[in-house]
Amino acid sequence: MEFEPKLVGFLCNWCSYTGADLAGTARISYAPNLRAIRVMCSGRIDPTFIIKALYEGADGVLIAGCHPGDCHYQEGNYKALRRYKLLKRILPEYGVEPERVHLEWVAASEGEKFAKVVNEFTDKIKKLGPLNMKQSIFDSMKEDIVVHESAGEEKGGEADEA
Amino acid sequence: MPERVGVYICHCGSNIAGKIDIEKLAGFAEKLDNVALVRDYKFMCSDPGQNLIQSDLEAGLIDRVVVASCSPLMHENTFRKVCERSGVNPYLFTMTNIREQCSWVHIDEASSTEKAMDLLAASVRRAVYLEPLEKREVAINPRTLVIGGGIAGIQAALDLAEAGKEVVLVEREPSIGGHMAKFDKTFPTLDCAACILTPRMVQIGQHANIHLMSYAEVEEINGYVGNFNIKVRQKARYVDADLCNGCGMCWEKCPGTRVPRKGNVHEKLSLGPTSSIYMPFMQAIPAIPVIDRESCLYFQKGKCRICEQVCERNAINYDMEDSFEEFEVGNIIIATGFQPFDPSVIKRYGYGTLPNVLTSVEFEIMNCASGSTGGKILKADGTEPKSIGIVHCVGSRDKHYHEYCSRVCCMYALKFAHLIKEKTDAEVYNFYIDLRCFGKGYEEFYDRLLGEDVRFIRGKVGEISRWVAEEDEKDQLIVRVEDTLVGAVRRIPLDMVVLCTALEKQDGLDRVAKMCSVSVGKDGFIIEKHPKLGPVSTATDGVFIVGVAQSPKDIPDTVAQASAASSAVLSMITREKIEIEAATAEIIEEKCSGCRICNNLCPYLAINFDEEKKVSIINEALCKGCGTCVAACPSNAITAKHFNDKQIFAEIEGLLSAR
Repeated sequence: MEFEPKLVGFLCNWCSYTGADLAGTARISYAPNLRAIRVMCSGRIDPTFIIKALYEGADGVLIAGCHPGDCHYQEGNYKALRRYKLLKRILPEYGVEPERVHLEWVAASEGEKFAKVVNEFTDKIKKLGPLNMKQSIFDSMKEDIVVHESAGEEKGGEADEA
Repeated sequence: MPERVGVYICHCGSNIAGKIDIEKLAGFAEKLDNVALVRDYKFMCSDPGQNLIQSDLEAGLIDRVVVASCSPLMHENTFRKVCERSGVNPYLFTMTNIREQCSWVHIDEASSTEKAMDLLAASVRRAVYLEPLEKREVAINPRTLVIGGGIAGIQAALDLAEAGKEVVLVEREPSIGGHMAKFDKTFPTLDCAACILTPRMVQIGQHANIHLMSYAEVEEINGYVGNFNIKVRQKARYVDADLCNGCGMCWEKCPGTRVPRKGNVHEKLSLGPTSSIYMPFMQAIPAIPVIDRESCLYFQKGKCRICEQVCERNAINYDMEDSFEEFEVGNIIIATGFQPFDPSVIKRYGYGTLPNVLTSVEFEIMNCASGSTGGKILKADGTEPKSIGIVHCVGSRDKHYHEYCSRVCCMYALKFAHLIKEKTDAEVYNFYIDLRCFGKGYEEFYDRLLGEDVRFIRGKVGEISRWVAEEDEKDQLIVRVEDTLVGAVRRIPLDMVVLCTALEKQDGLDRVAKMCSVSVGKDGFIIEKHPKLGPVSTATDGVFIVGVAQSPKDIPDTVAQASAASSAVLSMITREKIEIEAATAEIIEEKCSGCRICNNLCPYLAINFDEEKKVSIINEALCKGCGTCVAACPSNAITAKHFNDKQIFAEIEGLLSAR
């Protein structure tokens, strides 16, 4: 059977959640893999939410917020962008490919775009294969311990997951 | 006692039940922790549906409610009210979106059902962690800001003022009146536009409850429903409004001119005086002229000051500067209207390069009795045209420019045809894609025109050129068009062509939208709260839209919408108080380290630092609950009510629990 990734989405209430609703109203069908959580603003998305979702078994996490300049709360989406970029740098340390977390701007009028984003993200994660973060954290920590003990050369943090 | 969650699954007719196995979903829900009961019903939002929840709550069978149905943006409020009626805090309810984001978008029943189960499990877990929140109420300032003084803004402002409420009407141009003031006749009744509009404009100018700010622009909007702080820039007119009596001496004597001196009839088209100090048109409200700096001899060359000398009231003031006014309002009505599409981007139509190719707005001005041609239809050289073509859908219904239909062009094109027939002996050609005559009396008007010897050619004009072939065509325009009813390409020489240009979003609408925190769609118009049930409201409470700010529409529809918006505002004002979102952020003092990271993050300046206690404090009245500070706090000292970490973690766990 083909691998069906389980994806968690964090959508801001004003643009992206509304855009996702619009995809529904317009009956634009897309991959059923994403399960969305509504937050008021993408600025509310704490990086720990993403780690938590990956840790609990998600194969990928999609963050969607208002386009730059369109944030209902003026600039929450810029905060989300910064946190996202920082988080992507840290992910390899946990043995997680940074591509598993993806940020996209989806406006309230972009139902079609939302569907496209979900389809593309689903395809991407399908290609990456399943993630078992609990295991990969363990693996990466094991590696860290080795690094500390030998106090030797730093490894790039890329966990060699099969 | 552990939390007892009641789960209610809505079939939504076949909208949900057609794609999701309700029995399976209900069976799944029953096995979830904390679920006390599961019910499903055809329409949860109906009275009997709501009663199901109410009776379970009143009987004390449950203390949390999960409704799996449509989007919370649709019915969250409906079910919150059910909780309230049943004496349960409305924030102990949460919604699972299994329609818009599930049954409507997935083809396969098995995967839709599986997704619905995950979503429901997440909601149930979230429900366990929900906390009761206290309602917040704010007083509503009874004053309203209306942005835009066209017919939309005028109608809205008058409705409110007549009800005894204060209105501030801000208009960017020197006079109110908008586009309607440029029209001679209105379709389909052929009422004289000025006769029906100017009395209303005068009422605006005189009404005790209306503060009219013309030649002014809204610069800043802060605050929230009930209490918006507004900053308006009053542009310098160089004429003192309190002293001027509109006598007209200044523009009569002014040697400057706003139009090209050597221009032809079309280049000199204007409604009001063409001098540098001018009134936009003679019925302008306020009846106070303004100096056009670009063409004023004094401002450009430093010499002249004739208007100053002839003004008996000493109202001219060259040193005037832009000034600012700040005030508070409770509600905002956006009535910014439209701007016409610029057809010069369609090169093959020759607008701007070929003579005698006009836009519809220019043609309106030419028809206006008080305009520069005195209402006569003239070619650029001042002679009467013998044949006129009217090209429909220029920039509308065209994927290269605007996909939408501008809704008014068919009808004003018919009006033009009638006016041409009335005023001249010219032959009239209408080049149309479809004739959309949908309003009251519109089809009848079309029928009448069919009897007025007007030619209708179904086809989109391919090109307007000067490729003349014969001597008698030498001053003419050659229109090439595919006549789709005949099935042939035709070549038609014409004296004049009028382009029915699309209605576009008003220049600056994006800025207004941003100030008001409302979104615009891909067509550039502001998105209404609901396309059917909330056509004048927006996603931001206290911000309403009327007229073309929402989408292209004609005068009757605009007026209807303006009255709808003013009645919506009145219902807000009459309530005096409004409930606002209780889900704000809160700082737990004991956890706050006083690092002040959050202080600068808040876009609403709601976070202050308490110097004595050395902790940050959130002003709840200003907080809008976005949660940006919550995610930033390194000490986890800030909680987002209704979206706190525990609740979201529970939701994440729920979503992923099935595997």
